[in-house]
Amino acid sequence: MTTLMSPPTVRRPRRPAAGPAGRRSRLAVSRALLWPALATSIVLTQIPFVVTIYYSLQRWNMLRPGDRGFTGLDNYASVLRDGSFLSSLGSTVAVTGSSVVLSTLLGLLFAVLLDRSFVGRGVARTLMITPFLVMPAAAALVWKWSILDAATGMANWGLGLVGLPPVAWNTEVPIVTIILVLTWQYTPFAMLILLAGLQAQNKDVLEAAAVDGAGAFRTFTAITLPHLRQYVEIAVLLASIMLLQVFDPIAIMTRGTGGTKTLSYLLYERAFVGLEVGEAAAYGVMTVLVTIVVASVALRTLFKVFSREGIDR
Amino acid sequence: MRGLAVVRPPAAFLCDTTVPVTVWVSPPLTPVATRPTMCGTTTPHDDVTRTDATKSAGDDVTRRVEAMMLTKTARRKAAPAGAAAVLALALTACAGAGGGGNDDSAAGDGGPVELTLATVNNPQMKDMEELKSAFEEDHPDITVNFIQMEENDLRDAVTKDVATDGGQYDIVTVGSYEVPIWAENGWLTDLTGDLESDAGYDVDDLFGPVKDALTVDGSLYAVPFYGESSMLMYNKEILDEAGITMPEHPTWQEVADIAREVDSDDVDGICLRGKPGWGEVFAPLTTVVQTFGGTWFDEDWNAQVDSPEFTEAVQFYVDLVGDAGEADPVSTGFTECLNNVSQGRSAMWVDATVAAGLLEDPESSQVAGKMGYAHAPVVETEESGWLWSWNLAIPETTQNRDAAVEFVKWATSKEYHQLVGTELGWSRVPPGARTSTYEIPEYEEAAAAFAPITRDIMLAVNPEQPGVAPQPWTGIQYVTIPEFQDLGNQVSQDLADVFAGRSELDPVLDRAQDRAQQAGDAQK
Repeated sequence: MTTLMSPPTVRRPRRPAAGPAGRRSRLAVSRALLWPALATSIVLTQIPFVVTIYYSLQRWNMLRPGDRGFTGLDNYASVLRDGSFLSSLGSTVAVTGSSVVLSTLLGLLFAVLLDRSFVGRGVARTLMITPFLVMPAAAALVWKWSILDAATGMANWGLGLVGLPPVAWNTEVPIVTIILVLTWQYTPFAMLILLAGLQAQNKDVLEAAAVDGAGAFRTFTAITLPHLRQYVEIAVLLASIMLLQVFDPIAIMTRGTGGTKTLSYLLYERAFVGLEVGEAAAYGVMTVLVTIVVASVALRTLFKVFSREGIDR
Repeated sequence: MRGLAVVRPPAAFLCDTTVPVTVWVSPPLTPVATRPTMCGTTTPHDDVTRTDATKSAGDDVTRRVEAMMLTKTARRKAAPAGAAAVLALALTACAGAGGGGNDDSAAGDGGPVELTLATVNNPQMKDMEELKSAFEEDHPDITVNFIQMEENDLRDAVTKDVATDGGQYDIVTVGSYEVPIWAENGWLTDLTGDLESDAGYDVDDLFGPVKDALTVDGSLYAVPFYGESSMLMYNKEILDEAGITMPEHPTWQEVADIAREVDSDDVDGICLRGKPGWGEVFAPLTTVVQTFGGTWFDEDWNAQVDSPEFTEAVQFYVDLVGDAGEADPVSTGFTECLNNVSQGRSAMWVDATVAAGLLEDPESSQVAGKMGYAHAPVVETEESGWLWSWNLAIPETTQNRDAAVEFVKWATSKEYHQLVGTELGWSRVPPGARTSTYEIPEYEEAAAAFAPITRDIMLAVNPEQPGVAPQPWTGIQYVTIPEFQDLGNQVSQDLADVFAGRSELDPVLDRAQDRAQQAGDAQK
């Protein structure tokens, strides 16, 4: 029923210009109402960005106050020369990509399971969501001390039960450690979105499929999955956005070692360990540029692939 | 970051309610990296609205989820942002009051003065805050406000304030690494005259090596509040079982042999920091490098990181940790080693002398009374302990210098140590600042296990030349140049690959040599 009502409400503001004066003045009012929000967002996002660009052209180490000045594109040159930007970009893609894919797959699995009705479903759902509600820093500490501790952690205890040797998680497989924690934390998020999708599915279609003799697997791949496409898109998109900014587990567990130095951690290091304000700003600007490219090219391509498959079916 | 002040909402708005504050304050705290991706959200969202009607359900979900996320991020940021706002308010309030106080004192009528002290949130500093009323009773005109911060936040806040002439703080705690750098930048006031002119203060009673580390061109720019060195701590029970006696001045070779001998499935032979960071792994590791005859820089600031001595020392350290050390070196810093040793899971530990006080506390440690202490192991030098102190300094920007000097002298005086002892307990007296502390009978008794050796080490270390060759800076486990925290941090991250066996040592040190040379060139 919402389907019938929403298109007009969405489209109405789209044809404004032609019309009597009354409508135009109403338009002026709506524009005026929009201004405070627009001005706020410009002040809060665009001005700091311009300031960042200005800083990126400065030579400025906080501990050398006397030696500050305009340096042109030197900071950008050193960003490109240093090599840590590219390797960090690689780490970001690896960490974010694998965590997003794993969270989405696991999220889909749990969503399908939770979509069935069983006794205690509400409790199970609440428990499944919990990891997403834990503060990231607290979660990282719990993982570090009680689960992944090499001597007393639960993970190694579990491995010992099945006769496997203990693993020094943060030293030997730092990137796996981070992906593990992030997947644990973001699976509930993907699950929530996909569960909403499953529950919005039209039961008539499923019934019709059953009548036509389609098995559970066939119904799932041919009807449910295409229906879930846009939910998967949303889950992947939002999870990527959140995971790109991930900082806590890296700072607490691996400290950027072994391929876990993502762009946000690199930025933190340049600014707060290196105290190189100019260079950090240059890294920031480069990160912005790269993310815009990635966001507009990669995600679009990805979603195009998705939609083509959806139509084929 | 000063730009943040521009977007700080008007004070009246802050007072209204805390909820909108988070909405206003949190966006500028968002890292730069998040902005473009936020723009990215609109693209697919538009697609969803534009396509056919059946998709509005999805659209709905997007909105619902976005709303959910907003509340979540808002909530997550609420605490720090709120705290920041409150802090900002508190600071402006203090600065205002302090400024007013100054006008009065400048007029010479000795009106009330309000001092703002920014300090690291260590237990000893909290004790100082607890006892400040004693000072305020003696000086009815002066009130002291404490702002306690985490070490990195403090460094950041104070650097910014001092570097930009903010003048918010009248007294700051500064680590011994920063004091010479800040003094050369002209950020700290020279305290030599104030301290030497006061015979009762007895400036010569301060530990000589600690004082040397805080002195630039013969002037003292900060006063140690408490100090530490490093030493070898060992579990006597475990060593007795293996029939080993630890000499008082062991060599690294002896320690390595013992570690490998007592190492078993249940007990690590030794615990040594491996966690990346200039103040983590490179605190003990730099002392090892120095006693092996290596150094970061020679006298002319030429990097020496790829020298045979440096390489040998690091290889020795990595091998020792691999053979007989903790299982997960990259996770292991001071706290983790303290945990291992106090639960009897490590036989030995080379780390800060203050750890002894924690190991001897029966409430938190299972090995209290079972520990033995020896000088830090050596190879080619006589002594290999490090030197660190937290110090009180007065920024140039203060408006209340006289009152600040009064407080600094009080907090680092012999009387203060007596006060802590009688009010809070003798084990809580700030260690490593004054030699006379080690002659107080009550303190000697409370810290009998480790006080004498701590004192010996703190008097024996030499921050002017801790290694075999002369060095162009004062300091033991760090190089006193602004570039060092970055350099140490990056090299220690690469070193994690060596600990894990992902990389050989030589390429790591070759890269480190290049980085160190860049830092060295900046000093020439």
